[in-house]
Amino acid sequence: MSALLEVRDLRTVFPGEGGPTPVVDGVSFDLDRGEVLALVGESGSGKSMTAFSILRLVPKPGRVVAGSVRLGGEDLLGLSVTAMRRVRGRRISMIFQEPMTCLNPVVRVGEQVVEAIRLHEDVSRADARDRTRALFAEVGIPDPEARLDAYPHQLSGGLKQRVMIAMALSTRPEMLIADEPTTALDVTVQAQILTLLRELQQSRGTAILLITHDLGIVNELADRVAVMYAGRLVEIAPRVPLLTEPLHPYTQGLLRSMPARGRPGEPLPEIPGVVPRASEWPRGCRFSTRCPVRFEPCAETYPAESHPAAGRRVFCHDVERRLPSEGAR
Amino acid sequence: MSDANESILRVEGLRTWYPIRRGLLRRVVGHVQAATDVSFEIAPGRTLALVGESGCGKSTVGRSILCLENPQEGRVEFEGRDLLSLDATSLRAARQRLQIVFQDPMASLDPRMRIRDQIAEGMHSFGIGADEAERTARVAELLERVQLDPRTMDRYPHEFSGGQRQRICIARALAVEPRLIVCDESVSALDVSIQAQILNLLRRLQEELGLSYLFITHDLSVVRYLAHEVAVMYLGRIVERGPTERLFAHPAHPYTRALLAAIPSIDPARRGEAPPVLGDVPSPSRPPPGCHFHTRCPVAMERCRREAPPMFAIEGGESRCFLSEAPGRAD
Repeated sequence: MSALLEVRDLRTVFPGEGGPTPVVDGVSFDLDRGEVLALVGESGSGKSMTAFSILRLVPKPGRVVAGSVRLGGEDLLGLSVTAMRRVRGRRISMIFQEPMTCLNPVVRVGEQVVEAIRLHEDVSRADARDRTRALFAEVGIPDPEARLDAYPHQLSGGLKQRVMIAMALSTRPEMLIADEPTTALDVTVQAQILTLLRELQQSRGTAILLITHDLGIVNELADRVAVMYAGRLVEIAPRVPLLTEPLHPYTQGLLRSMPARGRPGEPLPEIPGVVPRASEWPRGCRFSTRCPVRFEPCAETYPAESHPAAGRRVFCHDVERRLPSEGAR
Repeated sequence: MSDANESILRVEGLRTWYPIRRGLLRRVVGHVQAATDVSFEIAPGRTLALVGESGCGKSTVGRSILCLENPQEGRVEFEGRDLLSLDATSLRAARQRLQIVFQDPMASLDPRMRIRDQIAEGMHSFGIGADEAERTARVAELLERVQLDPRTMDRYPHEFSGGQRQRICIARALAVEPRLIVCDESVSALDVSIQAQILNLLRRLQEELGLSYLFITHDLSVVRYLAHEVAVMYLGRIVERGPTERLFAHPAHPYTRALLAAIPSIDPARRGEAPPVLGDVPSPSRPPPGCHFHTRCPVAMERCRREAPPMFAIEGGESRCFLSEAPGRAD
């Protein structure tokens, strides 16, 4: 069976001083039906731009210049603007870090979800309101009937995020893109929203592309993890092996530098240096300027994909040279 | 508790409320009870972390210490003098030794000023360095101290990355030879790999210069690494205080336990644990009666709804919970 979403060799550029600057550079991955794939990286890694590219919402003057994005076999990059708008509401929904980016401050929240449903489906106002009430209950909003008539500012941050999730689910999408869905929330509220997302994902079977910088959130929600660095994928693996036996030196460094893994009284193992700007990316592996195990080919040639184990993809010369010559797969 | 002379900062019974004004006459109709009865002290060369979620009052406490707010009650003793009772001139002098580093370096640096001038600005104000050449030499030395290339001193803030800008803010704070630095969410906006660099830097500077830190953050995982002592705040009050090791290993207050359990773990075995508490933090303008935490507390008793618990001394610190009240101990 083919995947729900197939992204191949995606390349998105912004105009720069010395010609077009890539922000997403040759990214390929699949998202299966009902699966949660986390796209992880630090700022500037291209994880959000990958999501925007899939939705064809890259802010101007950026644009997708190469690659393909297939949803259930249909190439999204070739669709008309109208057809793409239909895909965005109905088949792929999105939830953002900041609920107020998608809630209208002067419209009652129930009305906003009713509108979203009626925009995509031919149902009566009363039916849409019934469905909204049921959705509010499903996302754990206490006293849903009363909250339908609330304005966004009357709700707490956690409740606003629940309204946004209800709105995203209102059109029964096959796929949800969640961009840092809990980053703006307090940690005790975040724990509740993560639990809600996991329960909804299990009960509805919605596939989720989760974009986050937080490996703790990855552990809570993801089935598989794709790690990005400077516009490229560096490693893809199922959740447990990625967290316990990361193979790419960047993933290893990221996990080691987390304060939760640090020992009190000892310096944290840090990744030296900073993420290079797109204009200063090395020709070879993007991580080679900071990598503790770099050797001759790293700065010059980009590493090919190796498959060290079933379901694992890594882009690293060092991993490649340590694999048996007849690589797995 | 240590002797008063041993602490560099001693805060006692601090209360900072913001009036809520309504109507034509701007009558005071209530208060945002940002900080109430806050007490703690910091010894030279030590770090106290002030931890809590949004609206708990941790930043208000930080700002009150720097006299950027007007507390209604309490004392802020810095190097033995109560800052709240100082006149403007003496306060200015005291501020030289009391600096702050904020969350967003871009907002606290002037985009149109070369970084050398921003770092040297405080030296001018406090008369550090005899002449321009001496100050330039000191700027270079400070940049090296925070691991930036001194040759970049003529650049502007936008030419640096977020982590480098935070290093510049730290260098600027160090320029006036402070004894205590208030770090208000100073690493919260940084990427994980950069956050580790800045945390290591802060710790190294503490060892080299004997600095004290008041480290204000919402992120408990960062605290474990840096702080000697932790104070947890909820809705304007400190609910638990104690040495970091003890607080992490044996949290006494139910809110501290919830806060610790809520951190998403990177341990694959710890996935799918139920959220430790439900609901949102209530508004600090209308905190619940009794114990402020009782509306979300999993072990709340009838008494907690009516009566506000005082601070109880516990082994390794104090806790504002009736369950921490020492039972009549035998032997």
